Amino acid sequence: MEDLEVSGLTVRFDGTTAVDGVDLVLPAGSVTAVLGPSGCGKSTLLRAIAGLEQPASGSVVYAGQDLARVPTHRRGFALMFQDGQLFPHQDVASNVGYPLRLRRVPGQQRAERVEELLDLVGLAGFGDRMPATLSGGERQRVALARSLAVQPRLLLLDEPLSALDRGLRERLAGDLHDILRRAGTTTLLVTHDHEEAFAIADRMAVMREGRIVQVGDLAAVWEHPADAWSARFLGYAEVLTGAQAELLRGLIDPAATWSAVALRRSALEIDPSGPLAAQVVSARVSPEQVRLVLDVDGLGRLAAVADPGHPARAGERVRVGVRTDRLAPLG
Amino acid sequence: MPTLRSRLGTATLVAVPLVVLVAFFLYPVSGMIGRGFWTDGSFDPGGVLDVLGRDRVHRVVWFTLWSAGLSTALAVVLGVPSAYVLHRLSFGGQRILRTLIVVPFVLPTVVVGVAFRQLIAPSGLLGGLNLDGTATAIIAALVFFNVSVVVRTVGSFWEGLDRRTEEAAAALGASPLRVFGTITLPALLPSIASAASVVFLFCSTSFGIVLTLGGLRYANVETEIYQLTTQDLDLQAAAALSVLQIAVITALLVISHRTRRNAPALTRAAERGRRPAVRDLPLLLWTAAVIALLVTPLTTLLVSSLRIDGAWSLANYRALQTTGAHNALLVTASSALAHSLEIAVQAAAFALVLGTVVAFLVSRRPRSRAVRRASGVFDGVFMLPLGVSAVTLGFGFLITLNKPPLDLRSSSLLIPIAQAMVALPLVVRTVAPVLSSIDPRQREAAASLGAGPLRVLLSVDLPYAWRALVAATGFAFAVSLGEFGATSFLSRDDNPTLPVVIFRLIGRPGAENFGMALAASVVLAAATGIVMLLVERFRVGSVGAF
Repeated sequence: MEDLEVSGLTVRFDGTTAVDGVDLVLPAGSVTAVLGPSGCGKSTLLRAIAGLEQPASGSVVYAGQDLARVPTHRRGFALMFQDGQLFPHQDVASNVGYPLRLRRVPGQQRAERVEELLDLVGLAGFGDRMPATLSGGERQRVALARSLAVQPRLLLLDEPLSALDRGLRERLAGDLHDILRRAGTTTLLVTHDHEEAFAIADRMAVMREGRIVQVGDLAAVWEHPADAWSARFLGYAEVLTGAQAELLRGLIDPAATWSAVALRRSALEIDPSGPLAAQVVSARVSPEQVRLVLDVDGLGRLAAVADPGHPARAGERVRVGVRTDRLAPLG
Repeated sequence: MPTLRSRLGTATLVAVPLVVLVAFFLYPVSGMIGRGFWTDGSFDPGGVLDVLGRDRVHRVVWFTLWSAGLSTALAVVLGVPSAYVLHRLSFGGQRILRTLIVVPFVLPTVVVGVAFRQLIAPSGLLGGLNLDGTATAIIAALVFFNVSVVVRTVGSFWEGLDRRTEEAAAALGASPLRVFGTITLPALLPSIASAASVVFLFCSTSFGIVLTLGGLRYANVETEIYQLTTQDLDLQAAAALSVLQIAVITALLVISHRTRRNAPALTRAAERGRRPAVRDLPLLLWTAAVIALLVTPLTTLLVSSLRIDGAWSLANYRALQTTGAHNALLVTASSALAHSLEIAVQAAAFALVLGTVVAFLVSRRPRSRAVRRASGVFDGVFMLPLGVSAVTLGFGFLITLNKPPLDLRSSSLLIPIAQAMVALPLVVRTVAPVLSSIDPRQREAAASLGAGPLRVLLSVDLPYAWRALVAATGFAFAVSLGEFGATSFLSRDDNPTLPVVIFRLIGRPGAENFGMALAASVVLAAATGIVMLLVERFRVGSVGAF
């Protein structure tokens, strides 16, 4: 019963509503991502849960206890920012040990726990380094270790990987996924990057203009975006409606009733036996695949891919197949 | 989320400095002004208006305005190139020069007055120019005093400007002069405007300098208030001038506050300045000339204090153990120094505690517009002592704090409190920028990890701010060591401070007494100089910057 329940939460700043009646349940042990564009209110939601913003109405309840009158430092949560916010005047071990010192954990025990945490985040032996000498990724790891030091009841991550470069982000996302599962910490992460959300979370809430538009298990949200906007934000490349959607439906699933469909970039691929015909508008080779823009007969300009073994040239006529596991019907 | 307890805490933090400000600043100042408006128990605003029609008042106001305006313009012209050289270039000995340039600002006004009198005396270095008792001498001293404000304010701002903007303009084809005109200067303007308004403020309220150099011909509003209260006993006229001064200065403070608000927060420059190149030569020479101008009066002071009848001698310093020729003083100068030091410690401690609380409050960035506005007003109110005549304050203390509810006439804390009020804005301006430069998320991260408000202060704010706190304490100490305006009213002849002793000595006949004043000035200058030298070691950019 140690769920976190947010109900009807509204936060206003001088007349503008940043968070608008949000309901959200975080089951114990789950890792939930709130995904939304910048300015959608997701960070404010996170801050309100942490107790750093005062809600205009609504409640935040942890394990049955209303937190309205509980100040941030008594909530037993931990908040980790985009850039870590390590204390620059303390070395890595002191940063990680900070929450332990607050709880008067004895020195020996503290040192052991710090060691253990640094090990967990893959930074064993970094204890006496100063934050300024660390790379961005190392800093985020230290910040994570610091946040996990006292086994928070809830871990709040504010765009934990956005400040890092791509390769590092992917690696750290994988690590973060494993570390959170091993620690079993209930986690809420907010991000604008759907890949970050997919890599770390197992539940997802899509947020738009202060409201949660969709929430559920990662796969469920991914397979059934609530609407065209959500689909685009979740990384679908195209949304077809009207006659185009009908044409595609007739080809792949005539019995279905949907009237719009979201396509991933890889939903269309060059296939000599495919049902569609198209002219190649442009082709760009990347290490994994050839990225194409096609002018598909009856559907118009759409993104598609081809195997690097069968490159297509601009201007060429090709046949196109549809991968039904790479598209999502919308209502 | 503000709980009842944290609301109570904030309310207390707001209330304590406000109560102190009301009791020891607003109450005395309004008491002094009230005396002018109520004659014989009846409200008489007409008398005050009559005062403003007097010819002499017109002359005094006009002199105040043009001398302050001209001094400000000169300080800016001299200071801005030096700000570039001392804060944007990088060369050996730069730190010493930076320290040197800040010293005049904390020098006691009487010391500056004595130094300039010695410089322009018939026997002095500039004796041939017959500057004694002229406006030129006053303006030179005001400029000497305030160049440092321009250099510090503009320099610390310039240091934080992102060079890449200039590099981008240069890469787009702008010549260095054009880069300066189109990129650098517009970016600097807020800090120049801020520095200029503060310098104008200091010049137009300058007391010690005009009193020691103005002679009989020149008086500004500040010395006129002193003259009217102590010599002519015309409280009505003094009150009228005080009101006028407060009105003008409040307007100036509002302007200064606006420009500061538009300025970006203090940032620490990531890169070091570049080495000077040949094309910097004109600016280097300019700066060298400015430094020479600053050093000359001080050297003159030092040399003359060591010369008696054309020979080197320490007699002037030995005389500090005495009460002067013809017993000019009731106590020895050295015991006055001890008394000054004791008062300065108390005043600095008082200003530090109060100023830190105010800086803490004004450095928060509340989300709500209403709270933000209230915080701005709060900030402005605590800047008031910067502009209200120290003479008005001192006299106000004298006439309001001598009866219940606040009878402090015989309290030894009277002078420390008055000096703390004078130093308070300087402490706030030193500490607040450092506190507001802390990323608020540092505090939030600490709070989320379980740190209560006090713990957040100790583990996040303090490690950032302790240098600024130490520096502000030193600064406040130096300022109260040299405070003369308010102290001149409150100090008793049997227990004076050193600046008061110096002023008394130069008013007494006899070369011995003047020599003794020179020696005392050197001692006082050295004491404040050493404190500032220590402060400078902490490298806090906001010291003496506005």
